[in-house]
Amino acid sequence: MPKRLLHIALLSIVCFAMLGAGAPSTRFDALGHKLVCPCGCGEILLECNHVGCPDSDQMISELRTELSTGVPDSAVLNWFVVKYGPTVLAAPLRGGFDIVAWIVPFAVLFLGIAGVVLVLRLWRTRQSRNALIAPAPLDPALRERIRRETGYDSQ
Amino acid sequence: MLHPMPYFGGFALLLALALCVYTLFSGAISLRALSTGRQLRVPAENLRETARRAGIASFLVVSCAAFALIWAAFTNDFSVDYILHHTNRALPALYKFSALWSGQEGSLLLWSWLLAAYGFVMRVRDKQDATLHAYASTILSGIQIFFLLLLVFAAPPFAIAPGPLHADGFGLNPLLQYPEMVIHPPMLYLGYVGFSVPFAFALGALMMRYPGEKWIHITRRWTMVTWLFLTCGICLGMHWAYAVLGWGGYWGWDPVENASLMPWLAGTAFLHSVMMQEKRGMMKVWNVWLIFVTFMLTILGTLLTRSGLVQSVHAFAQSSIGDWFYAFLVIVFAVCLFTFFHQRDHLRAENSLQSLVSRESSFLFNNIVLLAACFTILWGTLFPVLSEYVQGSKVTMGPPFYNRVAVPIGLFLILLTGLGPLLAWRSTSLRSIRRNFLLPCAAILSTAIILMITGLRPWNEAGSSTGAIYSLVCFSLAAGVITAIVTEFLRGANVIHVQSRRNLLSSAILLTRRNTRRYGGYIIHVGIVVLFIGIAGSAFNQSKELEMSYGDSLQIGSWKLVCETYSQDSNPNYDSDYALLDVFHNGKKVTQLAPERRFYNASQQTATVVAIHSTLARDLYVVFEGRNPETDKPIIKVFLNPLVNWIWIGVGIVIFGTAIALIPPLKPGAPSSTTALSSSKVGEEPKAVVHA
Repeated sequence: MPKRLLHIALLSIVCFAMLGAGAPSTRFDALGHKLVCPCGCGEILLECNHVGCPDSDQMISELRTELSTGVPDSAVLNWFVVKYGPTVLAAPLRGGFDIVAWIVPFAVLFLGIAGVVLVLRLWRTRQSRNALIAPAPLDPALRERIRRETGYDSQ
Repeated sequence: MLHPMPYFGGFALLLALALCVYTLFSGAISLRALSTGRQLRVPAENLRETARRAGIASFLVVSCAAFALIWAAFTNDFSVDYILHHTNRALPALYKFSALWSGQEGSLLLWSWLLAAYGFVMRVRDKQDATLHAYASTILSGIQIFFLLLLVFAAPPFAIAPGPLHADGFGLNPLLQYPEMVIHPPMLYLGYVGFSVPFAFALGALMMRYPGEKWIHITRRWTMVTWLFLTCGICLGMHWAYAVLGWGGYWGWDPVENASLMPWLAGTAFLHSVMMQEKRGMMKVWNVWLIFVTFMLTILGTLLTRSGLVQSVHAFAQSSIGDWFYAFLVIVFAVCLFTFFHQRDHLRAENSLQSLVSRESSFLFNNIVLLAACFTILWGTLFPVLSEYVQGSKVTMGPPFYNRVAVPIGLFLILLTGLGPLLAWRSTSLRSIRRNFLLPCAAILSTAIILMITGLRPWNEAGSSTGAIYSLVCFSLAAGVITAIVTEFLRGANVIHVQSRRNLLSSAILLTRRNTRRYGGYIIHVGIVVLFIGIAGSAFNQSKELEMSYGDSLQIGSWKLVCETYSQDSNPNYDSDYALLDVFHNGKKVTQLAPERRFYNASQQTATVVAIHSTLARDLYVVFEGRNPETDKPIIKVFLNPLVNWIWIGVGIVIFGTAIALIPPLKPGAPSSTTALSSSKVGEEPKAVVHA
């Protein structure tokens, strides 16, 4: 019964997910959020809110022009990199060393989790080996005495 | 006219430096003598006591210096360079007070003052263990010396302004002239500086090979209070950014923001993992290094944002004191490393993990994820520097990077927030997993289905569908976590209810009072989840911009704004342009908003004052961006930001939960706990399950 319920739930999720799927995303909006206003405000191009900003209006019209030529997204971004330098991209997207920026955080997380699992297995192996050699757990009385002497229990 | 206060302040800083040097050396000599049994000309205990008193006196003296700077601000003493550059005559009194931390020198003085205040409280409360407190006091004075050296030699707050005396000052940065800015920096600094205390205790305990876990017990409240201050500081900063900067968001992943989040994440990991040391005598090395790292991150954050190493919009805090911080960081790391290698045999664990499915392992995974999040932020902050070194060109690490990388890690963290409390210490049986996880899993699934039925279908989103997917996952996980926590409360409360015939609410209150730490922690988790729900709402933000003259209207979603009028105002501090906008929702007038744009005369800078109509479902956020130079019409930008209020509510719950966790639990003999003595096990941690 629980299995059947799970299947129904999963099927429902897929069905609802498919309802009305396929609407195209706005390229202008997506690309405009991948660029930074170069005026020094450090804001995303489409979020720059400085009246009289020397760059954002011009860049936005350049973005519209580039999109109207029908070139792919990567070519549009490259055009901006060539004109304004690599810092115009809101995140490193040029390939090469830039990929390292994306990989390292996940690699660290993965290594951390793998490390925990490894340490756990190591501890369990050592524990079972120790149990075979000599069952010598830390004396609870000693631990209790330390706590008493250091006043831990009185806190 | 010669003002005596700057000289008084400068002298106070010198005296404080001398006192701290005395505390450090006399403390170190007396502790060395006490540990080796070597005889000194003065009894070691007496010398230790003089060190303690000198430490206490240093707080009074640094307070005098802080008072002198505030006095100079209130008396418009523009002979002081710092006052000249950060205040002016027309500045309201509240902001004259906050001028203390609005610039480099003043904020360092605030840091030093708060450190001295923490040291004062610690030294006064040394009855718990005089020797351990003496170690911590000596280490704390070492940290204090660094900041006082900065104040005396590198960034003196009482430096006299060159040239003739100015009639008025250059004013305070307009962005800082906001009520929250009066409390945000002190809160944040209380958080930063506060981590010095558990750090000093941890290092001191390691130096003296302190037996047992008492240092953790002593520092638990310090750490929690510090963590709370840092949480409040960060959230006040978010609210300030939201209400003042006028870009419609509250978190921009700026290096200064990142610098505050890193120690928060490491400190959160520490607060979780110390429980394993207290309960099971495990993770001693890990905990010691966690608090070392947390402290070093507070220094690194300051180094990153003040040295000019990375670009930040918080330009008012940048200067050339980076070398001092580099040197201090290296010294701190060297001392920690040396002490650790010298005393590492003292940190042997008494137990080890027995199962992958246990409370301990969930804490461990939680720590890994928190530290991975911390590393990601550090990596994102430093990658531009690395990129310049490797490729010869800097890159920008903006929101798209963090949204892609940090958000999935954050979602994983929410999942663990729900899982951890459901697992027992040592090992959890399959039966208990099935029993505890059924409801939360059902909540996750049903929430996902309901949200999709009601229209949250990421695949249909016009803009970035990634954000909508993350939101859907976040809402579903949040439902699961809240269900898990409520179930935990109800399960315990129900036992008390059955045995003592109290109603369910008072049973839940009694349950919480019996184990304030555990249930306070659960409330904090609820707060964090509510905060995440608020953040997830940002995936559905909308905005519109329009030049509006009289009678013009702007439609956004089901909201309509009509320009009633726009006008100008003036006072000695600033001139302002503002618009009066009538707000209609579904055709009915709801309120009137007045977004404003100010021009500050002294600093010759402009700032926005955002108008917000806030409800639980969404914020209508209106910015007066200025006037079009060609048409002279005001430009109004409107944002419709869903669920923002949930963030501030979540913060409130976190504060409440932390306050609960700080209250000592009811003792077994206390009157209100005796009514249900037979259920005395209720509220305690789940017991280990022995496998058949």
